[in-house]
Amino acid sequence: MLDAAESYVTADGRTIGGVVMEMKNITLRFGGVVAIKDISFDIREGEIRAIIGPNGAGKSSMLNVISGFYVPQEGEVWFRGEKRPPMRPYEVARHGIARTFQNIALFDGMSVLDNVMTGRLNYMKSNMFQQAFWKGRAEKEEVENREVVERIIDFLEIQAIRKTPVARLPYGLKKRVELARALAAEPKLLLLDEPMAGMNVEEKEDMSRFILDVNDEFGTTIALIEHDMGVVMDLSDRVVVMDYGKKIGDGTPDEVRNNQDVIDAYLGVAHD
Amino acid sequence: MSQTAAQTSSGAGQLLSVPALLERNAIVHANRPAYREKEFGIWQSWTWKETAEEIEALALGLLNLGVSEGDFIAIIGRNRPALYWSMVAAQSVGAVPVPIYQDSGAEEMAYVLDHCGAAYVIAGDQEQVDKVVEVKDQLTNLKHVIYLDPRGLRKYDHSQLHQYSHVQDQGRAARDELRGELAARKSKLTYDSICVMLYTSGTTGRPKGVVLSNRNVVESAKNVSTFDKLTEKEDILSYLPMAWVGDFIFSLGQAYWCGFCVNCPESEATMMTDLREIGPTYFFAPPRVFEGQLTNVMIRMEDAGKLKQRMFHHFLAHAKKVGGRILDGKPVSTMDRLKYALGNVLVYGPLKDTLGYGRIRVGYTAGEAIGPEIFDFYRSLGINLKQLYGQTEATVFITVQPDGEVRADTVGVPAPDVEIRIDGSGEIFYRSPGTFVEYYKNAESTASTKDAEGWVATGDAGFIEEGSGHLRIIDRAKDVGKMADGAMFAPKYVENKLKFYPDILEAVLFGNGRDRCVAFINIDLTAVGNWAERNNIAYASYQELAGHPRVLETIRSHVEAVNASVAQDEMLSGCQIHRFVVLHKELDADDGEMTRTRKVRRRIVEEKFADIIAALYDGSEQVSTRTEVTYEDGRKGSISATLTCVDAKVQSAITRAVAAE
Repeated sequence: MLDAAESYVTADGRTIGGVVMEMKNITLRFGGVVAIKDISFDIREGEIRAIIGPNGAGKSSMLNVISGFYVPQEGEVWFRGEKRPPMRPYEVARHGIARTFQNIALFDGMSVLDNVMTGRLNYMKSNMFQQAFWKGRAEKEEVENREVVERIIDFLEIQAIRKTPVARLPYGLKKRVELARALAAEPKLLLLDEPMAGMNVEEKEDMSRFILDVNDEFGTTIALIEHDMGVVMDLSDRVVVMDYGKKIGDGTPDEVRNNQDVIDAYLGVAHD
Repeated sequence: MSQTAAQTSSGAGQLLSVPALLERNAIVHANRPAYREKEFGIWQSWTWKETAEEIEALALGLLNLGVSEGDFIAIIGRNRPALYWSMVAAQSVGAVPVPIYQDSGAEEMAYVLDHCGAAYVIAGDQEQVDKVVEVKDQLTNLKHVIYLDPRGLRKYDHSQLHQYSHVQDQGRAARDELRGELAARKSKLTYDSICVMLYTSGTTGRPKGVVLSNRNVVESAKNVSTFDKLTEKEDILSYLPMAWVGDFIFSLGQAYWCGFCVNCPESEATMMTDLREIGPTYFFAPPRVFEGQLTNVMIRMEDAGKLKQRMFHHFLAHAKKVGGRILDGKPVSTMDRLKYALGNVLVYGPLKDTLGYGRIRVGYTAGEAIGPEIFDFYRSLGINLKQLYGQTEATVFITVQPDGEVRADTVGVPAPDVEIRIDGSGEIFYRSPGTFVEYYKNAESTASTKDAEGWVATGDAGFIEEGSGHLRIIDRAKDVGKMADGAMFAPKYVENKLKFYPDILEAVLFGNGRDRCVAFINIDLTAVGNWAERNNIAYASYQELAGHPRVLETIRSHVEAVNASVAQDEMLSGCQIHRFVVLHKELDADDGEMTRTRKVRRRIVEEKFADIIAALYDGSEQVSTRTEVTYEDGRKGSISATLTCVDAKVQSAITRAVAAE
């Protein structure tokens, strides 16, 4: 096993750093339902970490614990060497964590550009009056933030729909806009909840390329949930496998693929 | 060909090469915009002075990488200022730029790179670099690859790979050491130095490398710029493939000769928005762009309010009556002029602005025949759209339409300094300062195309109209055949008539050596899809829509109308279509059925769909077929379909006997 602070270089030449986030013995309950049972794993800087598992395994709950939306009853979340106290969502965002949602959560009536601009909210300091009158700081900030946003629009190749209202876009493009908004926050850790759900092969390939490019270009650490095993195995550096709220596997795609518990969970062995 | 002393002598002051024109522009038009590119949502611009500096830095960087005189430098990517600069930088160091179609697959690219023995490649992005890397082992000459957009390329082995901006930086750093060498190489450029090598898309066989000299490019650019009175104040939008001779002449030759501004769109998908923002004054587009825009306008007008619709149709009818005449400077009554002016305020002006044609002074279309209705529509709005006839071997221009003599059915009079002659079989020959030097490494083809006196065979059949002196094109000379009864078979003539219908995208006629003609038809998904939507016709795929009985019925009415029109022409009345099928897939360049410039490869289509043709001739009602298709990423699959053969009414063949005698 690698030491928590140690870094290594992957086969394709990327440098994976030390541990940035660590889940220690997380248990999450909703009333009597135990969604997550005593799970521990870590996420390293610069890696693409996948969380997989059958339906109802607790993947989305896990992502919500990472994002700070759910506070686990037991266990600790360590982020950048510090134990993280319960946080409000905006505090999480300020810590450099951004996410996309399984069910797209964009502002339908707003243009793509405006939607992505909302991702820059944390970088705007001007108050309501300055913004209303478009004076002083507000104007300067908008220009600066627009520059960042335009680079992301260019990066994700959505120039042609810049001014299009989101409601008019097809599903695959909406997903891409959501990714753009998450990227606009310049996150250190990006959480993607089923980024390819409901996409066709071509859209999946596009999205995979964008995820790899984001990781490569900005060095963003990415944690993602995904159902498509082919995609997961191709994209991720390490995979956590969950089933019924428990962790049943953790390792490189190859290790996970050959893990008997994982095979059983996916092929369906009778549980007692 | 004789060469005068002045033409062969060197010297930058005499404007005998593109780099020499650049030097002049950097002084004369120093602070005028030379290039604009929309990036990050904003039009970034470079003046001629800045352009000269950028190109110099790159040229020095190329010297630093070891580029020798006579090396071939392939340039692959979408239209971007940096890639245009790459061409001029290559010329500056005595190398030959070879722009390559960016959508060609790795294999096609390998053939071209290997044929010219490219030592360097300048690629736009990762996609292009990947293709070069894929075929690198076949390319023994390849030394270095330079790329523009670093995205996704960080992890690649950089021993032979360089980022464009780094090459420039190294060039700037070595400026003092290499400046002398650069100046020496530039001063060696003459009118006879190679300016560029362009591969023809090739409707038959392998692409051929057409070598064009500085004389070809500069003289052609100069002649036609004078002809159309172009100045440094023009704006053009460069969106057509850089590997195509037209783009090279418009965006490089004429831009450098006149010193006007080249605008590059943000991406392929934003072209229409960018067109509107720039509002070019000089514009070139193949007919399909104009057709597509007109179809869009008409579709969108159907969704407009009642008042707008009535205004639109009322004033359009008026424009149809007098617009073309006003543009040609012919007499028009004062009342009509006033009404046209009102229409211009209410309808034509706003419409032209929406299309991006608000400022056009000169617009050209070429490559294929344009539908007369489409052509007249744009002209009636006051857009000076003209036709030209040209080819790569002529450095574009063979004939052009002068202002005031524009018609849909001719391609104009010989361009300045161009001589034309028609031989006994009807094939068109020309001789001009733009006549190409040779096909690279293909003396045989050069000899069979260009004779000792410099006459070049175009491969097109046509005739010069009596009275006006305008050239009219019938078809590709090799496609013109004879039917079993000896009547003339000119497929393009009939196909063009079919393609003028908005719901027909492509048509292919067969009948050479046979007793009657049959045709393949591709529907236009935009137009027919829209029609289906309006008529509550549900369809799940292109194939299903193409086979829909009501679609077939509509297409049949078009075919019959075309038959009636073809029957009017004594010479060609034998080319009426007896039966046709609507194909289950679009003809596509990826499947080899078309060239990259979207011209049908007749023979390949004939071989590939031989079973369908057989069914059309043997009278079967239906034919089941299975066709291999290539996806964009190169994977292959196949689709099977059952097609209905449709009979169409033909007009009586009374006139035919006359033609056949």
